[in-house]
Amino acid sequence: MIDLSLLTDGGVGWLDASGPSSHLVLSTRIRLARNLADHVFQGRTSETQREEILQTVEGAARDSVLLRRATRFRLDRLDRVDRQLLHERHLVSKELAGLDPDGRVRSGASLLVQDRMGVMLNEEDHLRIQGLHSGFALDAAYAEADRLDAELGQRLAFAFHPEFGYLTSCPTNVGTGLRASVLIHLPGLVLTKEISKVLQGLAQVGLTHRGLYGEGSEVVGNFFQLSNQTTLGSSERELLDHLGKMVRQVMDYEEQARQVLVRDAPTVIEDKVWRAYGLLRYARSLSFDEAMNLLSGVRLGVGVGLIPDVAMYTLNKLLIYAQPAHLAVAEGITPDDAELPLRRARFVRKVLESEVGRRG
Amino acid sequence: MSCDQCREREAVIHLTQIVNEQVTTLHLCEKCAAEKGVESPGAVAKTPLGSFLAAMGKGTEQAPAPLAREACARCGATFQDFRETGRLGCPDCYRTFEAPLRDLLRRLHGSTHHLGERYAEREPSAAQAREHAAELREQLRLAVETENFELAAEIRDQLRVLE
Repeated sequence: MIDLSLLTDGGVGWLDASGPSSHLVLSTRIRLARNLADHVFQGRTSETQREEILQTVEGAARDSVLLRRATRFRLDRLDRVDRQLLHERHLVSKELAGLDPDGRVRSGASLLVQDRMGVMLNEEDHLRIQGLHSGFALDAAYAEADRLDAELGQRLAFAFHPEFGYLTSCPTNVGTGLRASVLIHLPGLVLTKEISKVLQGLAQVGLTHRGLYGEGSEVVGNFFQLSNQTTLGSSERELLDHLGKMVRQVMDYEEQARQVLVRDAPTVIEDKVWRAYGLLRYARSLSFDEAMNLLSGVRLGVGVGLIPDVAMYTLNKLLIYAQPAHLAVAEGITPDDAELPLRRARFVRKVLESEVGRRG
Repeated sequence: MSCDQCREREAVIHLTQIVNEQVTTLHLCEKCAAEKGVESPGAVAKTPLGSFLAAMGKGTEQAPAPLAREACARCGATFQDFRETGRLGCPDCYRTFEAPLRDLLRRLHGSTHHLGERYAEREPSAAQAREHAAELREQLRLAVETENFELAAEIRDQLRVLE
């Protein structure tokens, strides 16, 4: 079993609800795709080459300021439940963790992580530099990722083309290699059925949306990950500004939708959030999806001031620790144990009870 | 036929997928299809991968015949490999397949010109390094002042690496 407490913030610092607009935005993520110039891309690498890539980057990380004390996880040597744990903490992609249906982990697949920054190694690209911040913090998250990129770039030879920019194994990432994403909670837009219009609008201005766990994941609990779709032809600054402007607009729409709900359907909305709260407090069995959807209802209730005695941080904590691998590890069972929904309900009850006790 | 997803509404979209070499057909109503991100028939694919594949198809029509067989001298990948996997073999592939890729990049990103940070120019100037060191020394002073010795040691190490 891996010990995530080795990470300074346990790898969940981004969930502390301390960041800007954290009642709507859970986290901001920056990812920079980089490849070593003297190696073929990941799809054509051999096991030995992936090992070399790992050694080279690790060497550079040890010489750096920002990753000098990094904790290393070799995903290819971890059990499935541990890999799932890292994925549930949003530290590694599903692909790197080998959680896709075929379930194989590529040899050399690794993660280096220190505080809010990390590098995925031997992912679709040799390096995926990432920075994860609490709340809506595009500039801060980018500044950190950019510093790490500069540090590693001085010690490593990155594949760069004078016209196309940073070269990536998939041409959808070429140029800046930048993917900036904001994980945002939009229950108001979902309830008022405005969400598809908003998402279509975002697609038209070059933004894309994904689910809770990023690429290839479904939308659960009304959490949407909004990010830039193109990476070439605009500077990093322009990409971030554009995304930031659009996210602020979506936040305004969400606030408006919530106002409409509270004004025009106060009893419906009140019933909805308290019903969600009641189920979480008293249910005896909860699937993950159901828990996420109910937590979304409670989060909305807290956001519009209907539920006064639950902290955002508590909701964020539940979001992480009610996930299958987290819960299974805490309970000493496997993630596919039939007991899991019962344990989840008990865990959620306990957390909410203590919250009320603490505040009341 | 009713929708496979909600089992209520009439299925109007029939989606054939190939997963692990197994062909499955999904019958969906318009609402469930939209939720799954499936466009109605005839609509242009709006997903990155959809437009990407469409662009790749067009790219090959225009590409001269020998190109499909030409292999990258460094990694041996062909443009056909790229069409099948969506991934290039190595950095040199961008030169080997420059013409069709240029076309593809224009369709994907609306441009072929990188306007972001330039790798070769990334070396921080001596002035920047001095500035950063000064900043760290100030943090060190504060850390010592507030008797936060753990942090102070950390900053001192950072300064050492920098210098």
